[in-house]
Amino acid sequence: GAMGGSASLIPRDLLGEYQELTFLSKQEILLAYKRFSELLPKEERENACSVRVPKSQILTLPELRANPFQHRICHVFSTSETRDDSMSFEDFLDMLSVFSDSATSDIKSHYAFRIFDFDEDGTLDRKDLEQLVNCLTGQGEESRLSSAEMEQLIKNILEESDIDKDGTINLSEFQHVVSRSPDFASSFKIVL
Amino acid sequence: QEPSPDNERALHTSFHQLILEQSSLIEAGLELQERHRVCLATPHACAVAWPEPGQGEEHPSYSSASLQVLASMPSRTIGRSLGAIISQYCNRTARLRRRSSRPPLQQLCRTARPSLHQYDLDTDPTRATLEEKRCLLVKELLSLSPSQCSHMLLTMPLSLAEKRILRRQLSGQEGPLRQRTHHWLPSLFCGWSKVCIVLGCRGLWYRLLSLLRAVQPWHYALKQIGGRFGSSVLSYFLFLKTLLMLNFFSFFILLAFVVVLQALYPPASASPQPFTGLELLTGAGYFSHSLLYYGYYSNVTLNDPCTSSPKGSVCPLAPPLLPYNLPLAYLFSVGVSFLITCVLLVYSVSRSFRESVGSSPGDLAIKVFCAWDFKVIQRRSVKLQCENICTQLKELLVEQRSRSHSQSHCQCLRRCVVVLLAWVLALGSASGCVLALHYCLQHMHMEQQAWGSGRWQQESILLVLPLVVSLFNALMPHLYNLLAMWEKQDSPVTQVYVAVIRNLTLKTMVLILLCYQWLSRSITCSTECWETCVGQDLYRFMMMDFIFTLLDMLFGELIWRLILEKRLKTKQRPEFDIARNVLELIYGQTLTWLGILFAPLLPAVQMLKLLLLFYIKKTSLMRNCQSPSKPWQASRMSTMFITLLCFPSFLGAAAFLSYTIWSVQPSETCGPFRGLETIYESGKRWVLVLEKSNPNITWFTWFYQHLLENTCLLFFMSMALIAMIYFNIQVVRGRQRVICLLQEQIANEGEDKVFLIQKLHSVYEQRHR
Repeated sequence: GAMGGSASLIPRDLLGEYQELTFLSKQEILLAYKRFSELLPKEERENACSVRVPKSQILTLPELRANPFQHRICHVFSTSETRDDSMSFEDFLDMLSVFSDSATSDIKSHYAFRIFDFDEDGTLDRKDLEQLVNCLTGQGEESRLSSAEMEQLIKNILEESDIDKDGTINLSEFQHVVSRSPDFASSFKIVL
Repeated sequence: QEPSPDNERALHTSFHQLILEQSSLIEAGLELQERHRVCLATPHACAVAWPEPGQGEEHPSYSSASLQVLASMPSRTIGRSLGAIISQYCNRTARLRRRSSRPPLQQLCRTARPSLHQYDLDTDPTRATLEEKRCLLVKELLSLSPSQCSHMLLTMPLSLAEKRILRRQLSGQEGPLRQRTHHWLPSLFCGWSKVCIVLGCRGLWYRLLSLLRAVQPWHYALKQIGGRFGSSVLSYFLFLKTLLMLNFFSFFILLAFVVVLQALYPPASASPQPFTGLELLTGAGYFSHSLLYYGYYSNVTLNDPCTSSPKGSVCPLAPPLLPYNLPLAYLFSVGVSFLITCVLLVYSVSRSFRESVGSSPGDLAIKVFCAWDFKVIQRRSVKLQCENICTQLKELLVEQRSRSHSQSHCQCLRRCVVVLLAWVLALGSASGCVLALHYCLQHMHMEQQAWGSGRWQQESILLVLPLVVSLFNALMPHLYNLLAMWEKQDSPVTQVYVAVIRNLTLKTMVLILLCYQWLSRSITCSTECWETCVGQDLYRFMMMDFIFTLLDMLFGELIWRLILEKRLKTKQRPEFDIARNVLELIYGQTLTWLGILFAPLLPAVQMLKLLLLFYIKKTSLMRNCQSPSKPWQASRMSTMFITLLCFPSFLGAAAFLSYTIWSVQPSETCGPFRGLETIYESGKRWVLVLEKSNPNITWFTWFYQHLLENTCLLFFMSMALIAMIYFNIQVVRGRQRVICLLQEQIANEGEDKVFLIQKLHSVYEQRHR
């Protein structure tokens, strides 16, 4: 059907390469191709492999539409030189690969760290944690934590996860904390 | 050239020299350059991150030079910079290549820390560029085996474009190498073809996996459920899928080896009763003498034409070429299906345990980092999830604050009394139910004679017992919920555990009573076949269970939602009680396993029931329910459910089956084991026949007599199992101790880091003055 048609649009060796370098199966790659080309206007669908889709279009995907981390996800996975967070097909595959079922917990925690690192300094400091908690609890006024609660929460988080006591959580500490939770791998999943 | 770890010692002792060296380079070109493709670290971020240890005062602002050094620290660059990731993976690859066994603990500190040489200050253009780092990594990757190399490439957290560049460089360098091996000695040629075989096999495996994924049933339905309700409710449906798969295997084996063959050679029996609709519910009547039950199956070799001739007379016809001994096939099929189910269950349990062994559930850090379920995609559900997380965080914070206040003695005592009373009530009510059942059973025998002998009356009285049991199973959980509300447990996780234990106790006690009744044959049977009676009983129990599930859904979800919406006019909707529903599934599956020996087609009935249940539950869920508001650790709960399926449920059914096969006398006039002392005897007789017919395979009979029948083997196997479990426990304890030691070491390193940064800052201060 539709999948058979799109199979002819990705060259076979490229498809094989994608299968080898990502955690996605052939069906998943073809489905991703189909969904990606639907985001493009009709004229550009022919060479979807080399076109970049602007961020606003990517955010219309139902899987990202309501996600509070949508902007961070686009930013982390985008390899655009102009830093406009536009995504190419390979960036899209990257994202799906990290969020797939078979990705290792190592790679998931690495990218989760980068998504949560709002100021991109390589560590999660107080500001990052505050922004993270605000994203989690939502934008409504009632569902925000008061500043006293936020202080207590961040103090507890740092106490539990900052092993070298420098006031921030770096990648290794984050991976150590997250590896103790069995739910992380199953909740860090997006399936098309 | 590549620095060896020995050279690092020289570096570490002359830190001051290095800092002076680097700082002079910084001061020469101090403009913050744009990093290629990666965002810049802002000095402000670094400034906020360093509270003074032990003192409450504000930290001093550091000069931009020292902040540059801070920003280039290995622990920070690894989280953000492309070059750092490449260097780190180069190190890891080198380590993988060099080590043959686990390095001793003393050397661990040096090899585990990223090499200082590789992490240069990114402002220095004369140090290794991205290209050089890439070449280094490619060189390291080439020295690995192809499978390790591709695995390493797959698990690197780099973008796809970057990985393709690396792969191209790898294959570009490998190409001429492959051609050269053609001319080398055959031993090397073997090595190269081994690579080819390995790659070919892997390609085949991937193709098989992709085929399996293509036939995934219900993929879209499960995504819909997960997207709206999250992982917790999804775990129920995944559990249902697991049960379907288990039943499929049992069904397939019994179908292929027993049912189909008996259907091809139907025994000469009494004419069946006419079909009325009531059979679907009671399993009696038309179904009594059908493939559904034990009584139908013959006890002879199937395709032997001599079976109809009287015993003792010489058979004029030739014996069959491929005799099919049905009793043996029956026994072995039941045994093999149980064995396969056991293997699959143990595998699932061990996999769940491995995934879910984790820390204490109350950790706030874990809660915050792992709370967001990315599967949820509907806007309303996302909003609900945000609210849930907020509530949970607030509750955890409150709990922590109250934990620091100790409870008074009076309150403690009151809590103890309440908990004790609740447990006494729960267990008492369970025992009460069991006694009521017992009385009901006794009463029914007397009633059966009193009622008329009409077929309708006789068959409908059979439904009373299943009705009572299902009624208890449906009403008691609500009582337990009320008890839990009165008890007011601290954490919702404990509440779920307590509810599960209470429900499980009730169901186990009921099932034990029923099993005892069946095996002691105190139930009078309309036919002479007590096995068929037991099979019919189990069929009725399953049907009643299904009907009550539907009724419970109707009243508990649909009508309750209508009441809430129309009468009480609230926005709340009923919640899907995951624990109770999963326990019902486990109960239904236990009934199936108990009945496999007596009704070989019971797995098929269970499969049909599960299929219908999936669609009906999904529809009811989508229309009537809301997302769960309590926290639910999907992984740990799934592990608990699959363990409950394995241990009380499957083990109990296997024990019941073993007792039936080993010690109970089958009925005289029906079934494949008629006339024998026990069902097991047919196996024993077969071994004797085998020994007599072919004296060459004495090893088999020796094996049978000395290993299977001897209890010493079982004793030794249990001892070995216990020893293995003890060993594993000790290994886990040792590892936990090592983790503690390493954490202490890291804390010490952190103090070193703080000390050094302060020294660095003071160096710059002195410089500026």
